[in-house]
Amino acid sequence: MLEFDLSPANDTRSGFGAGLHELGQKNPKVVALCADLIGSLKMDAFKKDFPERFFQVGIAEANMMGVAAGMTIGGYIPFTGTFANFSTGRVYDQIRQSIAYSDKNVKICASHAGLTLGEDGATHQILEDIGMMSMLPGMTVINPCDYNQTKAATLAIADHHGPVYLRFGRPKVTNFTAVDQNFEIGKAWHIHEGNDLTIIATGHLVWEAVEAARELEAEGISVDLINIHTIKPLDEEAIVRSAMKTGKVITCEEHMINGGLGSLVAQVLAKQAPSLMEFIGVNDSFGESGTPDQLMEKYGLKSKNIIAAAKRLMEE
Amino acid sequence: MVSNQELSRIASQVRRDIVRMVHAVNSGHPGGSLGCTDFMVSLYFRQMTINPTSWNMNGEGEDLFFLSNGHISPVFYSVLARSGYFDVAELATFRKINTRLQGHPTTHDSLPGVRIASGSLGQGMSAAAGAAQAKKLNNDPKLVFTLHGDGELQEGQIWEAAMYCAHHKIDNIISTVDVNGQQIDGPTEVVMSLGNLRAKFEAFGWKVLETNGHDLEQLNATIEEAKSLTGNGYPIMILMTTSMGKGVDFMEGTHKWHGVAPNDEQLANALGQLEETLGDY
Repeated sequence: MLEFDLSPANDTRSGFGAGLHELGQKNPKVVALCADLIGSLKMDAFKKDFPERFFQVGIAEANMMGVAAGMTIGGYIPFTGTFANFSTGRVYDQIRQSIAYSDKNVKICASHAGLTLGEDGATHQILEDIGMMSMLPGMTVINPCDYNQTKAATLAIADHHGPVYLRFGRPKVTNFTAVDQNFEIGKAWHIHEGNDLTIIATGHLVWEAVEAARELEAEGISVDLINIHTIKPLDEEAIVRSAMKTGKVITCEEHMINGGLGSLVAQVLAKQAPSLMEFIGVNDSFGESGTPDQLMEKYGLKSKNIIAAAKRLMEE
Repeated sequence: MVSNQELSRIASQVRRDIVRMVHAVNSGHPGGSLGCTDFMVSLYFRQMTINPTSWNMNGEGEDLFFLSNGHISPVFYSVLARSGYFDVAELATFRKINTRLQGHPTTHDSLPGVRIASGSLGQGMSAAAGAAQAKKLNNDPKLVFTLHGDGELQEGQIWEAAMYCAHHKIDNIISTVDVNGQQIDGPTEVVMSLGNLRAKFEAFGWKVLETNGHDLEQLNATIEEAKSLTGNGYPIMILMTTSMGKGVDFMEGTHKWHGVAPNDEQLANALGQLEETLGDY
């Protein structure tokens, strides 16, 4: 249990780039827009092979969101690419009015989310994006955990009608989910069955949660481990079923605790299965410069933090 | 072709609709609506190829219109209804609970004729640019029109979009700015000067035309000239001088009627100046 067929470690943004390129071949309605970050977003291959469907927007993200919304009128499926910070906070009103409220079929693809962006520091390390995007009516919010899952999610959102926020990151991370998996939007991945404690993780924190679960299992604590890749719509059934069984729940995310996965899970559980909870995430703070690993360590987002939280819950 | 005389008759009815709609709910934006009436009537009743009775969002084979300054929804709704997108009786629901005619236009309630929400200013040119590029991808030769307020040009996104249109040679777009020189807090020159708009748009790579927005002859000739200039590798801008509140003497030429509804007495006065030509809703 908790063993995986590992693919070579890779960055989730490359999973997006690979998925987008495959979509270019499969779906003639897919178009891509980028705000001067083609290399960072791994959109080079799509641009090279489908130049007539690739649109450079320059450093003008607000315009990019509007242009993307307009391209849906005519039947296209635009994928926008820039950093998560410039995909959300900088353009919140454009997304709100021209995309979400207007129900436009735009896929907002956001790289370099969270602390693992690293040395660029807090100006670029957005930790509020899941909250902002989840609050928009009709928006689907997805935060995949590795290269394979990001690629699968990229392919899946092209077939889903409606606005989507797809969040991924910069560093190479363990690539442990299945190659060519079927990605079902809104359906949690039950990674491991257990009875004592529930760990719910999203994005880069899923692998940390796997490592934590291995250690907890070795110590005799039975862990129910769930990957929530789709934060909205949230798989409430999977969460409630697990919480009813364990009564103890830890949420793990590379995001602000306030307004992120933790808040959303707590909201579900408060109503349907009140549980003891711990929250792994950033606690009302901006990030800073440092290596991804140093930052995850300093802000308490490592497997050891999950283990410590699990032990606190088990002592309750 | 619809004659200038007929356009004028339709415009009179649209102006009646505007003041009646705004009066009925004691809210809304009559000033800019009245000022853009002649332009909107010219677009929908003469200049654009539209298909109001079999409405679909993509509008392939049709000219598209994007209202960027969404607060002048009364003129938009009246012109859409009067040109057949929906029943004119629905104008009576403007801004009322459960209406499709929201304070600012939205696609949320599937109102035929509206292709994107607007109201938060500065976003319409971007959407129109995307729609124009989609038309090119679809080998659809029809055009995309936009309307903006002059005060709206203070939004930075407009200039992002203006740069984008020129860079990508989007030459199937015709944008129009309603140059009435007014915004909520007063004259644009006092609030935030716009400077030389012709020079600004030309510097951004646009072909710029200028027209009076109430002289139907000149206005339509300018739109036709703009259409004849499409397909040449540059976007086209019409700077249209209008008088805010046009057609109702006490509303004309002032920012005071930007977002204020007339009372019963003022409504009667206004309607006395506007001939009922097509029948009130």
